[in-house]
Amino acid sequence: MEKTTEIKTKQDRLYTKPSLWSKIKTSKRIAPYVFVSPFIISFLVLFLYPMIQAFIMSFQSILPGQVTFVGLSNYERLLTPNFYTALQNTTIYVILTVIILVVIPLILATFLNSRLLKFRNLFRASLFLPALTSVIVAGVIFRMIFAESDAAVANATLEFFGFEPLEWRYGSVTAMFLMVTLASWRWMGVNVLYFLAALQNVSEELYEAADIDGATAIQKFFYVTLPSLKPVIIFVSTISIINGFRMFEESFVFWETSSPGNIGLTIVGYIYQEGISQNDLGFGAAIGVVLLLIIFIITILQLKFVGAFKDD
Amino acid sequence: MNRIYLGLAIIPALVLAACGGDGEEEDPEDTEVFGTDDGEATELTYWTFQQLHIDLFESAVDRWNEENPDDQVTLVAEVFPYDQMHNNLRLALQSGEGAPDIADIEISEFGTFLEGEPQFESMNEYVEPIFDDAVEERFEIYAQDGEYYGTPYHIGATVMYYNTEIMDEAGVDIDSIETWDDYVEAGQQVVNNTDSMMATVETEDDFGYWAMVSQQGSDFFDENGDLTLDNGINISTLQFLQDMVYEHEIAEPAPGGEHHAEEFYGYMNDGGAASVLMPMWYMGRFTDYMEDLEGKIEIRPMPTWEEGGNRTAGMGGTGTVVTNQTENPELAKGLMSEAKISEEANIALWTDLGFDPPRYSVWDSEEVLEDNQFYQFFGDDIFDLLAELTDEVEALNVTPDTASVANELNTNVFNEAIRNEGDPERALNDAAEAVRSGATD
Repeated sequence: MEKTTEIKTKQDRLYTKPSLWSKIKTSKRIAPYVFVSPFIISFLVLFLYPMIQAFIMSFQSILPGQVTFVGLSNYERLLTPNFYTALQNTTIYVILTVIILVVIPLILATFLNSRLLKFRNLFRASLFLPALTSVIVAGVIFRMIFAESDAAVANATLEFFGFEPLEWRYGSVTAMFLMVTLASWRWMGVNVLYFLAALQNVSEELYEAADIDGATAIQKFFYVTLPSLKPVIIFVSTISIINGFRMFEESFVFWETSSPGNIGLTIVGYIYQEGISQNDLGFGAAIGVVLLLIIFIITILQLKFVGAFKDD
Repeated sequence: MNRIYLGLAIIPALVLAACGGDGEEEDPEDTEVFGTDDGEATELTYWTFQQLHIDLFESAVDRWNEENPDDQVTLVAEVFPYDQMHNNLRLALQSGEGAPDIADIEISEFGTFLEGEPQFESMNEYVEPIFDDAVEERFEIYAQDGEYYGTPYHIGATVMYYNTEIMDEAGVDIDSIETWDDYVEAGQQVVNNTDSMMATVETEDDFGYWAMVSQQGSDFFDENGDLTLDNGINISTLQFLQDMVYEHEIAEPAPGGEHHAEEFYGYMNDGGAASVLMPMWYMGRFTDYMEDLEGKIEIRPMPTWEEGGNRTAGMGGTGTVVTNQTENPELAKGLMSEAKISEEANIALWTDLGFDPPRYSVWDSEEVLEDNQFYQFFGDDIFDLLAELTDEVEALNVTPDTASVANELNTNVFNEAIRNEGDPERALNDAAEAVRSGATD
């Protein structure tokens, strides 16, 4: 009799008094938070904190041993000719890259998806290769191709066709051409991949139905393929806009921090120049805050315009 | 389905944002360790952007350890790319950690490092005693409120390097060139009689222009630090450079944009131009990159603007500092003095680097006069010339906005005036406006 009571109390201890730790371990309410915590923590530490800090810094003058609040002074100084140049360069760059990096990959992907094309996998792989290359290395090669001398590849080609050689790195039009070309070359393959993935999800039945209705290949592209790809087009154009506005390397590899007549100056390049090279971190932060607003507004407008917020 | 893709859209954007710095190397290009490594020695670090400079510290560490057996040092010398070194140092000093004990800072960057409270150790106790024996102006650059923070590498006396082979072909006697008018006249002879240009004008660097401005007693800032970028002398000097290119047609924009570009070295080496205006320390670039010119280059003073005018200007210059983050300030300062201020150091500046050393007393020393690659390349009267010129070196006024001026010159001003034949006055006015509007009060 005594023995059974002892067992019973033991069981009581086991089942009625779980420790706090085991409570937490098995709680269905806490577990989800544990699983999302890596994202939340990295978001707080790596995104929210720097963002708030940058916002505060944009109202400060920051020098070693002397950090003072200067009100709106950094924002008042913002409207310099160089800022407008940077904004203009970046905007043109964004427009060009978005057009090129949506239209051409879309067409290429359609071809690559066709069963009529031979060596499809070889083409896919080679188109993707530039994305794996370091932009610095690619930039060095591009600089050599587009060097001033008549012997450089680009100028030699121009001469072969009877044109005058160009000073590629010194004209504003050719400068934009260089940056857009480098970016297009680099990201083309990645975007082709997105479109290819989406194309494989387009139902065959739609094409069969179109065939029965007597649609031509062009009609099928515009009335079947394109509407099915709309979400991917939105996705690709959104990341192209964001990447375009925060472009830095494509300009850096051609001119490093200063380009003739600021033809290669971008907004992020301007942050680097003012904030770091010229030791004006507060001013750099102010430019950063403005850039953040620009990207935010444009992305929201673009998503609203294409109807991405509406439910299907 | 849209929702899913929108969510997807954010992921690569975030990932890419996180990888924003890809391709940017954090490691130094080269690391060398000098001195004893027996565990007893104190370790110091030294950052530079110029590989050549570390040779100076190697010999200094040897001398120091020999003279101070109880106070041995090990020096870790790290070479970074130019921008990266300055930016890392700025951020390290700003945040209060991560800075080396000793660092090099280039002249146009130096001003921004003196903003706020300078994060450097004062070098007065080492610098002041040698002022009688040195070109003091070159120490003033790195001073603020009576504290001398930096030590120079050279006087940087600007001179004209003539390619005598081309000059002879053109029938010009370089000793007859005394004023800039003579220079233009000689240039016309060169262009008419040879396939070479007389000169090149830098469009992405300001050594030549700054030297010609400083030579006339002008500068980009006055002694009070007020901007004088668009004053009369500076405008007429820029006009003169433009005229050399478009009116007299004796000069062209430097290939590669500057006299330190690979493109320029090749061009000059092939006899592209008959002369180049650069400081004395540019000698090393000839011996390293333009070997075909050995024995053909002669050094003369700068042409003057008027008779009796200055025939040189002190140009360029990197200041070496001891940061206040060093744990061994006395040791770091002592080692820097050994490497930069001592007589041995000044001799090494010449024999190892071909720089014109700031201390007069070493100029006639046996070691300096001993034959070396620079005498072989440029003839043996280099120090006679230097002795003649040294009194004509004007001080430069470096301010926190010097970096901003250099940036305007190298992007907008030279591009507009030299490449696009725009109005020099307007180009300088616009630049001055941009510097003023961007300046902090």
